[in-house]
Amino acid sequence: MIANYGYMDGSGEYYITIDTGKCTECGHHNCVEACPKGMFAIETDDYDDEVAVIREEFRKQIKYMCAECKPVSDRPPLPCVEACTSGAVTHSW
Amino acid sequence: MTVEYWRWKEYNWHDENIDPKAGSVLSAGCDVGSVSSQAVVMVDGGLYAYSNMRTGSDSPHSALDAMNWALEGTGLKIEDLHYVVGTGYGRVNVPFAHRAITEIACHARGANFMYGPSVRTILDMGGQDCKAIRCDHRGKVTNFLMNDKCAAGTGRGMEVFADLLSVSIEDVGDLSFDVEEEPEPVSSTCVVFAKSEAAGLLRQGWPKNLVLAAYCNAMAHRVVTLLERLGVEKEFAITGGIAKNIGVVRRLEKELGLTGLKSDYDTQIAGALGAALFAGALYEKQQAKK
Amino acid sequence: MITAGMDLGSKFIKIVIMNDGDVIARAKMLSGFEQEVTASEALSEALSKAGLQSGDIERLTATGVGRSIAPFAHDRLTEVGAAARGAIARLPETRTVIDVGAEEGRAILITPDGHVKDFAINEKCAAGSGTFTEAMARALELDIVEFGRLSLQSDKAVPMNAQCAVFAESEVVSLLHARTPKQDISRAVHDAIASRIVSMARRVSVEREVMIIGGMAYNVGFIASMKRALEMELIVPDDPDYVPAEGAAWAAHDKLVGMEKTELKER
Repeated sequence: MIANYGYMDGSGEYYITIDTGKCTECGHHNCVEACPKGMFAIETDDYDDEVAVIREEFRKQIKYMCAECKPVSDRPPLPCVEACTSGAVTHSW
Repeated sequence: MTVEYWRWKEYNWHDENIDPKAGSVLSAGCDVGSVSSQAVVMVDGGLYAYSNMRTGSDSPHSALDAMNWALEGTGLKIEDLHYVVGTGYGRVNVPFAHRAITEIACHARGANFMYGPSVRTILDMGGQDCKAIRCDHRGKVTNFLMNDKCAAGTGRGMEVFADLLSVSIEDVGDLSFDVEEEPEPVSSTCVVFAKSEAAGLLRQGWPKNLVLAAYCNAMAHRVVTLLERLGVEKEFAITGGIAKNIGVVRRLEKELGLTGLKSDYDTQIAGALGAALFAGALYEKQQAKK
Repeated sequence: MITAGMDLGSKFIKIVIMNDGDVIARAKMLSGFEQEVTASEALSEALSKAGLQSGDIERLTATGVGRSIAPFAHDRLTEVGAAARGAIARLPETRTVIDVGAEEGRAILITPDGHVKDFAINEKCAAGSGTFTEAMARALELDIVEFGRLSLQSDKAVPMNAQCAVFAESEVVSLLHARTPKQDISRAVHDAIASRIVSMARRVSVEREVMIIGGMAYNVGFIASMKRALEMELIVPDDPDYVPAEGAAWAAHDKLVGMEKTELKER
């Protein structure tokens, strides 16, 4: 399943996309530790698979929560994207 | 008394031709949304009763009210139900539910029942959110996104406009087509900014209907943008409160170049119906284990 | 030399007239639906305050969202450029400018020699602007100034779930129904917007001195929330919403000085 967490508002589209098919094969769950804001969690989904999710309380403010990892210039690689060895995590902005 | 133009009617229904007492599995779903709550009762996998109400100030009461109202006149009580699944924003606060399942999974499953297994893309436009879901032939979600952060593209956004123009929410669709020429969409996405834009248009002498058309257009365009992230695969269906607003639906179908599937069911109950379907399956799984 | 700066904001139009860098007159008017007309009126008002005729202005620079329709403008300058120039003129040590207006918020990082290094903008969403606070004050039926002041009386942080101004309005009303004290609601609102502005500012990095300008800088509740969120002192100048118009007037001044120098060289 492709899960898009985030939103679109007047200022733009802000989604963190998690390919849960890749998640189920991953036993590392590095994303949980990598995010400096602690936005990731591992949960059992509706189809009883163990997958990474963006925690509910962060979903409406990811533009702001992710801001520190996205400086205007000299942007380093995103820690969550780098940490995920199976390439399940992508950002839309 | 102030007239609340944005208030819609609540309703319940049950099938007089079904004797629920004769059924072997009574499953139910309860979808507690931030604006409205629906309850659905199924007898042996067939739709038997449902209700649609405004959500009150607390979720557990709203869930109880919705379920009791669906059961009104059926002779059934909540205790008679074999398995109940709670869904929606208030899903963890459904006191009589056996399990909570996300509204995304429930909507997909509900739509699969309502529109048949060919449905692949579902757009659900609710009171305070907008969901786009892709699913397989069994109604299992393959891709989804949800927008509950921003009021644009939700029923609430439309309510703000109906309120501004003193138009009943049910009339928005028809009125928006009563224009000589289709206007450009309102340029601001943000409902607050769109509202001041609309006030400006009214000041310039635009008739109400034209402003409504411009907003319906903007809403349709926004929802199409949302869908494009997911990619639209046929067949396509629209559920939720806005599915009843032809002002938005027809315009977005035109922009997509696709027509939404029609269903004989009330599309607002898709989430609760999906929850009831999950409930039926979970009950049977539970019985098989025994 | 007489120069003028015109800032056509989404809510107010601000005009500043300068004589060799000294502000000699100012005017502010609600933008309204006909910005161009309002801009002319505001300019006339400033001119009459200064005792000048329109022909006395040697150069006029326009800035703000409506700058493209500004009447009589010789040059146009971005909001970022105007805010930075104005802030530097007020206090040369300024390195970070946080400008929060009615519909936009922006953070600008300035190099020690006064050039714009980086900037970030919150726009097209009411959640990151003064409109958000205004909508909440309206929902509580409070005057905006009173609403800001109330926040200072609160010692409790109530979390707010809604980000969108439309949803936040309902949330604020339900907080009120749940008998949450108005001062705590006010603080929740100001903390929420401050946290969004600070997140944006951190994208350009926040270096001292930090100056906060724009209409929102009048709001004492917002300033208190900003200080808490940034954990540092802020420079809040007098008449903070005039800073970009001053920046524009300075830009006009700079241009004239530059032209004189070129002329001298050519002679």
